[in-house]
Amino acid sequence: MSNNVKLKKGFDIKLVGEAAESIAKNIDTPTTFAIKPEDFPGMIRPKAVVKVGEKVKAGDPILIDGKLEEVKYTSPVSGEIVEIQRGERRKLLAVVVKADAQVEYKEFPVKPIDQVSKEEAQAILLESGVWPQLVRRPYAIVANPSDTPRALFVSAFDSHPLAPNYEFTLKGQESFIQAGIDVLKKFAPKVYLGLSGSKSSALFDGLAGVEKNKFSGPHPAGNVGVQIHHTAPVTSANDVVWTISPEGLAQVGKLFKEGKYDAKRIIAVAGPKVDKPEYVETYAGVNLETISAAKIKGDNVRVVSGNVLTGYAVGKNGFLGYYSNMVTALEEGNKARFFLSDGWLAPITSRLSFHKAFGLLGSTSKKYALDTNTNGQDRPFAVTGSFEKVVPMDIYPMYLLKAILAYDYENMEALGIYEVAEEDLALCEFIDVSKHDIQKIVRQGLDTMRLD
Amino acid sequence: MKFIHDLIEKQKPMFEKGGKLEKLYYVFEAGETFMFTPPDVTKAKGVQVRDAVDLKRVMMTVVIALLPAIIFGLWNVGYQHHIATGEAASVGEQFLIGLQLSLPIIIVSYAAGGTVEAAFAVFRNHPITEGFLVTGILIPLVLPATIPLWQVGLASAFAVLVAKEVFGGVGMNILNVALTARAFLYFAYPAAISGDKVWTYLGEGTSTVDGFTGATFLGLAVEAQNQGVAVADFVGKTAHWASDPMSLFIGTIPGSIGETSALMCLIGALVLIWTKVADYRIIISGILGALAMGVLLNVLAPEGATYLQMPAYYHLIIGGFAFGIVFMATDPVSASQTNSGKWIYGALIGVMTVIIRVLNPAYPEGIMLAILLMNVLAPLIDHYVVNANKKRRLKRATV
Repeated sequence: MSNNVKLKKGFDIKLVGEAAESIAKNIDTPTTFAIKPEDFPGMIRPKAVVKVGEKVKAGDPILIDGKLEEVKYTSPVSGEIVEIQRGERRKLLAVVVKADAQVEYKEFPVKPIDQVSKEEAQAILLESGVWPQLVRRPYAIVANPSDTPRALFVSAFDSHPLAPNYEFTLKGQESFIQAGIDVLKKFAPKVYLGLSGSKSSALFDGLAGVEKNKFSGPHPAGNVGVQIHHTAPVTSANDVVWTISPEGLAQVGKLFKEGKYDAKRIIAVAGPKVDKPEYVETYAGVNLETISAAKIKGDNVRVVSGNVLTGYAVGKNGFLGYYSNMVTALEEGNKARFFLSDGWLAPITSRLSFHKAFGLLGSTSKKYALDTNTNGQDRPFAVTGSFEKVVPMDIYPMYLLKAILAYDYENMEALGIYEVAEEDLALCEFIDVSKHDIQKIVRQGLDTMRLD
Repeated sequence: MKFIHDLIEKQKPMFEKGGKLEKLYYVFEAGETFMFTPPDVTKAKGVQVRDAVDLKRVMMTVVIALLPAIIFGLWNVGYQHHIATGEAASVGEQFLIGLQLSLPIIIVSYAAGGTVEAAFAVFRNHPITEGFLVTGILIPLVLPATIPLWQVGLASAFAVLVAKEVFGGVGMNILNVALTARAFLYFAYPAAISGDKVWTYLGEGTSTVDGFTGATFLGLAVEAQNQGVAVADFVGKTAHWASDPMSLFIGTIPGSIGETSALMCLIGALVLIWTKVADYRIIISGILGALAMGVLLNVLAPEGATYLQMPAYYHLIIGGFAFGIVFMATDPVSASQTNSGKWIYGALIGVMTVIIRVLNPAYPEGIMLAILLMNVLAPLIDHYVVNANKKRRLKRATV
């Protein structure tokens, strides 16, 4: 059975600086890589399992969650541990590896996939550091090895602003993706693949053993949470499904076919402040210093690991996040604007708005070079009915958010907390007239339900 | 403009923690952010870019939508004065009279309510929000031009305090703030806001034309029914102002400053609907509700009940219905918040307005009470709409 789901709700934020489909060549080899606990919102007690000075191979554990020790977070490259960054109250921020010139891989057993038992597969996935690619719903956190997921969901396209094109970044990896699916079918009886309804895919159309559904419409049509909602929704706390990105699938496949944890990743480097936006081949957790030096123009710039909706600012010398498939560079909007010239009472065309309030004359179809200005300040919720227009799910976002803020467990559950992740409501945060931190509220709700 | 910004920034330490005027920080901040959209940037976590909209722009959109009604209303105050006194005057003179009478009302409304709002921001330590930008102008528009200024001040302060701040401020209020101000005056000082002495400004020592009547259409309609005469005929004979449907629609009739012109409200409605600042569902369902109730009364009307027999469309162009359904009922905070809820909410406002007008002789105008009543019921409507969603969601579990 295959569905063609046409979504109307949503909004595409069009930005200048889309990555051209080429791989940048003139970039100095980055020297350090890191794994950061903040990339894993479900992690309760992050613990470094290596000491500064220790040598590691790609796939050697360097970090664990003290509450879920089976899941290993491993080094993306081989090299030497050079720093364990800690913040206030010794909170673990990052484990930093200085890479060797040539990556050495830890070896994992290779067997034909149909001869690998579920238990063996689980042990290899956990040990290799690929496991954290598996994200569970409800809660959108790293899958628990004791889960028995009803299904696995994969979105085959990323609809975020300036997002990379998987057809380009994963070109030629069909066999690994197929192998990944074959492995994960040992855990989840059904695998659903959400394809873009607007174009055919050389990469995904030929995959076997999956149920394919097509999704078309504006962002967040590519969000796996939205696709789950329209395919086989999560209905309770115990109704566990897993999700994985196409990159994650390829990584799983490679692990079982070649016996190594390959954290190689082709990321898009895009955005208004990028000089010749294109793709860069590197590894997960890369320090962005050399990429910034080669690609990012200007000084008053924000460098984001990920896209502008769900990514986070890391700075020119920060590390790429575990799940990030792109880097976005934007101008910092730290300038005050006079109310009559380009402030709140002035007609402006240089800033994008989902709304049509007074003076907002920019068209939503042109591409913008947006900066990071908030364009206003925190206010109480006053406007109604707009969140619903960017969330293509049968959910009342405002009521859900209010239930979260009120710690109203019963209503959070009834209004759909189990179906959402931060990314699914990120557009609400963008369009919010009152400038709330919607994604933070969503995470607060997920944490409340999970931990209490 | 940088030097102005620098100049403002220089004063900032005085208002910041430890400064001499730290208590007034948010008053200073409101002034500063009025002049300059602040250089705030998005946080490290969360969306990295934000929509260009903010509450100031949304509120400004409502003010823009109100402008036709305001300008027409100011002129109409002068126009009513002149047709009542029989003096000849130019449009400009008429407008000036309206301005002379209304500007003090507007200023007092802003000042009184704004002071309460600012005081609460200072006490509660939160920013001053833009909500009052609209409320402050709505209050004068629903009052007669002859209203004593102290009553305006009292009502504006009362409404902000009791309708808004005690509930927690902007976004938390249950009742529409401007209508609460009007309701307060209506029940506390009925002589100044009802009857047939207040709607037309006459001025001291002026004589009125023959056949002058101070009553509004609504007042005359009740009178017509009492005499068993058809409403339109009765008003046409009694009133010294034109009462054909076109004049009613254009709004050259006595009434509150901003509410008489259905045409100007229609223009405002188009602005609000196009910008989606107001929800079309409320406006459309409100109009349909009033028409349906009007037609129902036509059908049920006993012999001689001429107000009940009045053509239903009259309800849309007399009194404050158009103004109320466009600018008051659509206030997103006090209205229903769900889309299905908005249909019900709007329709019931239309129905209730006509019921109160026609069937309740104590209150000539129904829109104010209809909206306030539905403000109270809106959360209940939403409760059922959201419950239906919960049930629908629960049902999927078993599929």
